[in-house]
Amino acid sequence: MMALYDGHWILTALVLLPLVGGAACLVVPEARAKTVALATTLVLFALSLPLFWTFDTAEPGFQNLVSIPWIEAWGISYAVGLDGISILMILLTTFTMPLAVAGSFSYIRRRERAFYAMLLFLTTGMIGVFVALDLFLFYVFWEIMLIPMYFLIGVWGGERRIYSAVKFFLYTAVGSLLMLVAIVTLAWIFQDGSGAWSFAYEDLVSLELARRAQLWLFAGFALAFAIKVPLFPFHTWLPDAHVEAPTAGSVILAGVLLKMGVYGFLRFGLPFFPAAATDPVVVNAMLVLGLIGILYAAWVAAVQPDAKKLIAYTSVAHLGFVVLGVFGLTTQGIEGGILQMVNHGISTGALFLLIGMLYERRHSREIADFGGIAKVMPVFAFALVVVALSSVGLPGTNGFVGEFLILVGTFRTHPWIAAIATTGVIFAACYMLPMVQRVLFNRLDREENRTLTDVNRRERLILAPLLALILLIGVWPGPFLNRTRASVEALIEHVEARSASVPAAEPPSVDAGGGE
Amino acid sequence: MSLGAVSGAGALSAGVGAWPAGAAALAGQEGAGAGFHPVFPWLILALPLLGAAVNGLGAFLWRDDKRIPSIVGPAALLGSFAVVLVNFIGMSGAELHGAEVVRLWSWIVSGDLSIGVDLQFDQLSMLMCMIVTGVGSLIHIYSVGYMRDDPGYSRYFSYLNLFVFFMLVLVLGASFPLMFVGWEGVGLCSYLLIGFWYENREYANAGKKAFIMNRIGDAGFLVAMFLVFVAFGTLDFVPVLAAAEGTLPYGGALVTGITLLLFLGCTGKSAQIPLHTWLPDAMAGPTPVSALIHAATMVTAGVYLIARTSVLFALSPVSQGVVAAVGAGTALFAASIAIRQYDIKKVLAYSTISQLGYMFLAVGVGAFTAGVFHLMTHAFFKALLFLGAGAVIHAVHHAWAHGDDGHGDGHGDAHHGDPNDMRNHGGLRKFMPRTFVFMWVATLAIAGVPPLAGFFSKDEIIWYSGAYGYPILWGVALATALLTAVYMARLMVLTFHGGNRTFGHGGDAEAGRRLHEVPAVMWAPLAVLAVLSVVGGWANIPEALPLLPTVEWLHHWLEPVFAPAIAVKEAHGFAPEYRSPVGGGEAFWAGISAGIAIAAVIWTVRALSPKPVPTEAEAVAPTGFARVLHDKWYVDELYDRAIVRPSLALWRACWRIVDAGIIDGAVNGAGRAARLLGWAGGQLQTGRVTTYLVAFMLGALLVLGVLS
Repeated sequence: MMALYDGHWILTALVLLPLVGGAACLVVPEARAKTVALATTLVLFALSLPLFWTFDTAEPGFQNLVSIPWIEAWGISYAVGLDGISILMILLTTFTMPLAVAGSFSYIRRRERAFYAMLLFLTTGMIGVFVALDLFLFYVFWEIMLIPMYFLIGVWGGERRIYSAVKFFLYTAVGSLLMLVAIVTLAWIFQDGSGAWSFAYEDLVSLELARRAQLWLFAGFALAFAIKVPLFPFHTWLPDAHVEAPTAGSVILAGVLLKMGVYGFLRFGLPFFPAAATDPVVVNAMLVLGLIGILYAAWVAAVQPDAKKLIAYTSVAHLGFVVLGVFGLTTQGIEGGILQMVNHGISTGALFLLIGMLYERRHSREIADFGGIAKVMPVFAFALVVVALSSVGLPGTNGFVGEFLILVGTFRTHPWIAAIATTGVIFAACYMLPMVQRVLFNRLDREENRTLTDVNRRERLILAPLLALILLIGVWPGPFLNRTRASVEALIEHVEARSASVPAAEPPSVDAGGGE
Repeated sequence: MSLGAVSGAGALSAGVGAWPAGAAALAGQEGAGAGFHPVFPWLILALPLLGAAVNGLGAFLWRDDKRIPSIVGPAALLGSFAVVLVNFIGMSGAELHGAEVVRLWSWIVSGDLSIGVDLQFDQLSMLMCMIVTGVGSLIHIYSVGYMRDDPGYSRYFSYLNLFVFFMLVLVLGASFPLMFVGWEGVGLCSYLLIGFWYENREYANAGKKAFIMNRIGDAGFLVAMFLVFVAFGTLDFVPVLAAAEGTLPYGGALVTGITLLLFLGCTGKSAQIPLHTWLPDAMAGPTPVSALIHAATMVTAGVYLIARTSVLFALSPVSQGVVAAVGAGTALFAASIAIRQYDIKKVLAYSTISQLGYMFLAVGVGAFTAGVFHLMTHAFFKALLFLGAGAVIHAVHHAWAHGDDGHGDGHGDAHHGDPNDMRNHGGLRKFMPRTFVFMWVATLAIAGVPPLAGFFSKDEIIWYSGAYGYPILWGVALATALLTAVYMARLMVLTFHGGNRTFGHGGDAEAGRRLHEVPAVMWAPLAVLAVLSVVGGWANIPEALPLLPTVEWLHHWLEPVFAPAIAVKEAHGFAPEYRSPVGGGEAFWAGISAGIAIAAVIWTVRALSPKPVPTEAEAVAPTGFARVLHDKWYVDELYDRAIVRPSLALWRACWRIVDAGIIDGAVNGAGRAARLLGWAGGQLQTGRVTTYLVAFMLGALLVLGVLS
């Protein structure tokens, strides 16, 4: 059985399967598309799940490596693998997709074939980003993600969908572009030193770059990642995208796409440019931006009249915590950050699903249109309360474990920033509890809300695994944390060793800005 | 750090993987703790959790069937109490000098941080477990009667069971983070139960306010934990407390910071100034909830936290002073408000805040045993007072509602008024003789009339605040004792004495028909608590008054827990002097405070009884200083104007001005520029996507051009 389940083909299968499923969606009858999509994502999840058990927790490097030359003249190869930083991201993606698909069954009523095809193409892009170990391949997947998401918002979105889709597209495209420049420059520098082009991760990560070059190249990557995170002040695409996106789009955005930025920092930003990523100015800038995100986004969230927009802003706050953990550069901070990305995917994904369920029934997301819903939708109310508590990091839920590790880790290196960030737990209560109250509690005073029906069987099946994970990770995070351990510790060691050994003098051949 | 000296450290490693840890795993370890091994420790927690789960399911599955929750709810508590009792007896028969730590499973492990789901068994945690499950059981039983007609019956017991589970986690947790799980968990249940009748906006608001104010304190608790971890490399109580003296310099900034931040957490959870304003609002919850959560157990968690970390506080004289001063200040402040309230539950709420202030005064001056002692006796008599008030409210509500309808307190009644309002009570002793007697027992106990419970515990606090050299706080404590007797006697007079006003003046005939004593399921728990309110204080008879053989029993029981802190204090010259600030010994001053209590009670009853009381409808607003007290010193109004409103204004500005104005303005400007570029390149194309792809490519070329 284990022989059959060979990690070497499995990652490639995960990338290709949604592509095949997506193509199938396009050719089957309109009414069958959702079934095909659900089957594809369920198989995908089933295929990916054994990765969790077969993962070697002692191995800091890449596992299940496959590398096949692709464009040899340019040193581009098809290289995939996974390690402690990507495994949870991959599983989060495959876990989220069936829920996103099932959550669209009654929401999406037109152009179903195209819709589910887009979801599946997007999946290929997302998994590709997490497994790619060739920077060119990574960039291809990175850009592939953009297009289905653009259509998901632009075609199946709400009233201002075009504005939001374009905003999303332009924001991310601008960032990606600079990253492309930085990637090409890296390959060029490698060619300059060794005589051959290469985009392979292992080759480029071993480059010894001068400090100035590191800072410039880091900046190129960092903008792309900061926009994706999103880090204040590059966050304003997110609320618009979320509000207009269909439920599945929001779930995927929050569940997976927002993880790309931090993943990029961990995969490339820190190990490639250790001197830049540990430069006090850079670190403090990132920490302060993360901190602003935590506080500022929570404040703005607290005064939102639209439930979906409120949750969108909470994403900025949550990802602010993650950035804090990563740039605090401690084991606890980074492990907590990775876990918190998973947690955020679960709890925020669940929040968007829940708000989507309300929207399908009531065609409104205005918080003021609700009130007293707990009376008519008790199961829904239970789920929303549990998810909200996870989102505010109540101990016993997953959110606490992530936030606690991030804060305790960051506190060790940057106590003041971590201490101020801790006040974020107060503001989290300030945005989440009033929303919960105004939706679920108070008097059921609107006629149209009296006839709302509680969540149905399909919706319960969507919510159950999310609630189960919220509690499981909350009380027993060990299996998740220990899969990140070896890679995170190796990463910190690498960054610390390499940032100390940066060539003091500028090698004359390397210009800071890029290719001549 | 030398962990070897501490028995718990050995137990910790021995207990790894011992789940279910029941009888197993801890046997055979050497060292201290010999003779005591917790029996089925996990069961103490598992039973209430199971009860919460069953009742929670019940809320969805058998909504209208009240038999299952009526049995499961109290049974979960009684079962847990039985296990606690077995362990308590086991511990009292054994010689235990450290703490027995039982690991259930490993929780958060990352790098050099390792936190287990570890339960800590020592004299302090067992005493607290006895109080929580004992008083908890009584209140669960009482609730069967009180909540009988409520449609949310099953949900109620689910929350109440869950609360006890988290309270036990708080008490038994062997590390700061695990205690914090209980700490925020009880806050959650408090939130859910304050807003139990969530359709009422004000009640739901009260729940939210409690949660948010608690979170302010919790942020302090969190930062304190980070400091502890940086200083000690661990968050487990046993190694931290053992290493504290060697690690943190006496009076240093670090230990002062840690303890002040922890105390910030205490002010939230235990409703001390400046985070006290949530507790009076919390009275929106069902009255048994007020008794259990907002009087007997949860609100005392802050006192427990300080007792638990007593060594850390002993190392910081500044923090000790702050704790004592805030405690004494809160005691007096809250008592002054209680004197002018008409809502029976509000009087008791402010009384609770005031009594909690006494407990903080005690642990602040270093009289840790006295603090825990008062915590225990207060749990008895304040639970009794709340349950008695609940009986009154229940009776009045049912009298108004013709005894045929739903839940009890606070719901107001359009035809009559507020059943909580004492101006709608009066003369209830005729109709509720049992409740009347039990309430007087509790009143005399809290007022400090000997030989009832409160006399011994409160007197000890007053005595030690003088003996440890805080003359001003000693005076404040004495003054508060006087006010306590006055507001409690006033409550009794307004509620039970004089003529009845429930159906207006002269409505006695109707009142006689409709007002009844509560059923046995409700008054029986009152009877048990009344007994405890009498004898509870005998657990720690002062040496100065050796009337019973239990002289200093509690002191000896808790000695292993507090000895290190007392040693630290004594090493730095903080030993109690056995005389008061103005002379006189302990027995003399005990006599004085007993005299004050008795005189104040008698004076109040005699002064108020003849006075006619206007009904709620006839009442006129008080004027002058009485109005300031009636309006609670305007603290809520101050917070609203100085903090809440400016914050909301700032947050709106962030959204409207910074986000929508500045950032999006810049982005849209850039977008328009790109659109223009795209338009130029996209003349021949159709479709928007293409336009922007072209814009994108052009932009790319532009950037590449600039860079090269």
